[in-house]
Amino acid sequence: MAERCAVIGIGQTHHTARRDDVSIAGLVREAAERALADAGLDWGDIDAVVLGKAPDMFEGVMMPELYLADALGAAGKPLLRVHTAGSVGGSTAVVAANLIQAGLHERVLTVAFEKQSESNAMWALTVKTPLQSAVVAGAGGYFAPLIRSYMQRSGAPEDTGIRVALKDRSNANKNPYAHLREPDLSFETVANSPMLWDPIRFHETCPSSDGACALVLSSERAATGGAHPPAWIHATAMRSEPTQFAGQEKVNPRAGQECAQEVYAKAGITDPRREIDCAEIYVPFSWFEPMWLENLGFAPVGSGWKMTYEGATAPDGDLPVNMSGGVLSSNPIGASGMLRFAEAAMQVRGQAGAHQVDGARTALGHAYGGGSQFFSMWIVRSERP
Amino acid sequence: MSDAERKPVRSIQTPMRLTYHYTAGIATSRFLHGIAEGRILGQRCPVCTKVYVPPRGSCPRCAVATEEEVHVSDRGTILTFAIVRVPSENLDVPLPFACVHVLLDGADVPFFSVVQGCPLDEVRIGMRVAAAWVEPDRLAPTLQSIRWFEPTGEPDVPFDQLREHL
Ligand SMILES: [Zn+2]
Repeated sequence: MAERCAVIGIGQTHHTARRDDVSIAGLVREAAERALADAGLDWGDIDAVVLGKAPDMFEGVMMPELYLADALGAAGKPLLRVHTAGSVGGSTAVVAANLIQAGLHERVLTVAFEKQSESNAMWALTVKTPLQSAVVAGAGGYFAPLIRSYMQRSGAPEDTGIRVALKDRSNANKNPYAHLREPDLSFETVANSPMLWDPIRFHETCPSSDGACALVLSSERAATGGAHPPAWIHATAMRSEPTQFAGQEKVNPRAGQECAQEVYAKAGITDPRREIDCAEIYVPFSWFEPMWLENLGFAPVGSGWKMTYEGATAPDGDLPVNMSGGVLSSNPIGASGMLRFAEAAMQVRGQAGAHQVDGARTALGHAYGGGSQFFSMWIVRSERP
Repeated sequence: MSDAERKPVRSIQTPMRLTYHYTAGIATSRFLHGIAEGRILGQRCPVCTKVYVPPRGSCPRCAVATEEEVHVSDRGTILTFAIVRVPSENLDVPLPFACVHVLLDGADVPFFSVVQGCPLDEVRIGMRVAAAWVEPDRLAPTLQSIRWFEPTGEPDVPFDQLREHL
């Protein structure tokens, strides 16, 4: 029987296009100090540090875990770096939780970051390899054809993506940490924004952000007595699949379906749409909301768009999705997965302020990465397992 | 110390350049030698019978080695596509262009390339296309030997016949 594990501290930076007032070390330390303060702890209380970020080629800093060891207070302690492409923020939190669940540590600090202003993600993701011409222009170039497949398969109304973008950007206006604040954004503005990777429009795309997120995870013994109630981790799951294989469901990946089944089963959830109060899912391009709603079993295949269209995923819907504004409003890539996990925990702790879902007791955090081939998820609850 | 010297340094540019040496391995070497002769070679999985191109010497579904070599057509069908209008420093083609997933006749996995030779608004799912090769004397063991894909003018393939590949 695994040890129980809880989130007892959450911290993040104010995500923005360019944090040139701090180095990468300063950025991660800012998030970590906020998480420690939230937990009412100090650096000396931490037993181990788990760090995550996207590929080193983004900022060009080889092995940032070496350079950041002192900034993260890891001297004399175990320090581990996790890497699963865009899902890394989620899988980093899962690895940190696993260290507690295995009974190895009482308190683990986990941190994820990206400083996109120091990087060139488009360049790093438009690599020329001996077996592929450089024609996939960044992440959008990779995912746009998959979105077109989804549109063709589902027959979803063409404005579904616009509605997701409006909803997420509207949610971001209530989140003081969100990068994009666009209170005047209208349907027409989104619809008339330029196609970057047709069918993905400018306003249906995530920004490039500088930001970091940190969590303090603890064992049951160390979880009580803090200023805020803990978020109890009821289940974690991760899955991967090959880059390409015959019969691969790129729109509805098997790895994502199985990851969701595992995390629900571990949390005792049989009807996710009814039993989960809110979800933070990794939606870097608007159309991924309906796609992941299906992959996660919230809607039958081909009808995820109906939930978006009918307002089920709005803050007052029956399954609010991306209350924080999501990846569409803040995207420090390596941190983006952990921010989803953090928002789920903030919701069940009643800590989400203006974007709090009333009475949220069970929440899903979700992240994906690579060519839709890495998945990580957790279910957190206000109640102890 | 002047005021300028006291200001924080907010950005230093540090360019990096890397040249990689890639060892193709057995299956991919055969494929690249085929390309240098203007032919596309795939490999068939002995278990699920699916044809992989470019071959990697194994089937990720069945976790077995693939050895049977299969000649794959340089014609195929567009499974899906995007029109790229965003600049990136290292793109091989001028903007805008149609980035396509082509299912080559005889293959079971899509091939990533670009379509030229028709207006961008005519590119569509189900469109038939063929590889445009470089001049014969410029053929080499690299994918650059295929410049792009062009429409063939054949009738479109209905979406239902492509569904399992999407
Ligand atoms: Zn096979």
